[in-house]
Amino acid sequence: MSGIVIANLGTGNLRSVSKAVEFVNGRAATVTADPNVIQNADHLILPGQGAIGTWINQLNMDPVLKKAVESRVAHGPVLGICLGLQALFDRSEESGGINGLGILPGRVRHFANEHRNVEKESVEAEHKLKIPHMGWNQVYQVGEHPLWQDIPDGERFYFVHSYFVEAANNVDEVGQCIYGNVFTAAAARKNIFATQFHPEKSQRAGLQLIKNFINWNGV
Amino acid sequence: MGLAKRIIPCLDVDAGRVVKGVQFVDIRDAGDPVAVARRYDRQGADELTFLDITASSDQRDTILHVVEKVASEVFIPLTVGGGIRQLEDIHRLLHAGADKVSINTTAVKNPAFIKKASDHFGNQCVVVAIDAKRVDSEASLRWEVYTHGGRNATGLDAVQWANRMVDLGAGELLVTSMDRDGTRDGFDLDLMKQITDAVSVPVIASGGVGTLEHLADGVLLGGADAVLAASIFHFGEFTIEQAKQHMATKGIEVRL
Repeated sequence: MSGIVIANLGTGNLRSVSKAVEFVNGRAATVTADPNVIQNADHLILPGQGAIGTWINQLNMDPVLKKAVESRVAHGPVLGICLGLQALFDRSEESGGINGLGILPGRVRHFANEHRNVEKESVEAEHKLKIPHMGWNQVYQVGEHPLWQDIPDGERFYFVHSYFVEAANNVDEVGQCIYGNVFTAAAARKNIFATQFHPEKSQRAGLQLIKNFINWNGV
Repeated sequence: MGLAKRIIPCLDVDAGRVVKGVQFVDIRDAGDPVAVARRYDRQGADELTFLDITASSDQRDTILHVVEKVASEVFIPLTVGGGIRQLEDIHRLLHAGADKVSINTTAVKNPAFIKKASDHFGNQCVVVAIDAKRVDSEASLRWEVYTHGGRNATGLDAVQWANRMVDLGAGELLVTSMDRDGTRDGFDLDLMKQITDAVSVPVIASGGVGTLEHLADGVLLGGADAVLAASIFHFGEFTIEQAKQHMATKGIEVRL
């Protein structure tokens, strides 16, 4: 097995994620795009920041890598971060509309598209909603999960994103956040746990979540 | 409850040390950047901003080492500005552990660079820094954009420039009042309000903080999403925690 593996899909601050893992674990994680290493990961982290198109296309251009990620995601503990959450869903409005991995039902939407509807009711509300949603917001634990251990309900985590997940099935939702509307801050099913926020940038609470992930066997 | 307003200590880094000048004279040494970053992290800073004010290009790599070291032990967002001219510069900073980069002079010289950077790295990582100075005018209140650390006037109107930068893909603006910087007289609230009203992205207010009340004013009167300060924190006058407590008593949502 290849220990804790961070999949390098060409986006995001992979170093921050690996440094956070190293900090809580005492050992460095492997950052790689090697399908063999990914397939054999004890713990797999799927980070990502920026445009989802870059992330998904990286997988689509490399069928061997895509197959490795998909087969690994089917079993064993997986932590998705930001795009690593969004990509698990069916479809995103970003990059002109793009299909995700379709592992969880739901779609990824832009905050502004949601808020054009709200605007009619409250011009003020729309006006105040700065996009990207950037900073520390509260995460409400709407589902129990081993990864929430020792993290208070309503704890603040660091977010930076313009698109949000609208899970079709609220049983997959384990964390919610409010920014203009309620959105999925964390989703989980079986061996997968994924967050819209960045645990690697969320100080103590974030490091606790990463620690919980490393101690989790995926069931 | 919702998104917290952020407090961001700013570390001006020159030749591997944190420095702070008062109106560009009397530069005081404020310590080792890694030690300073660690202290602010412990006090509850929401982000850290490093401005590389090193004039000579042969010392540019110093900031990379600073960022690498800080990113290994401080797990909050890091923004780095100063001397960014090409995509490769951004790539190197992000690889060293920065989350965002702050761009000023290059944005003015080559506005298309902001679009290129935003397309490539995502707008969440592109902060445009605007240094603005009041223009004496009876008719209306306006500000002009300056570059090169406040040395060169550009003729650009700050509010129009802010809008243009957001259109090109800036994900956040760092707005500094040149008139107030280092004075401890408080933010230029008229400037902040005009820009925060005009744009759809988060705005960081900077320049002139001397009291905790100034920080609260930046949010309540200036409309800022985050407030940046240096000297009130560097020399032990106030802790980040005291600043947050004060803002909380004014009804501002902060991460405590």
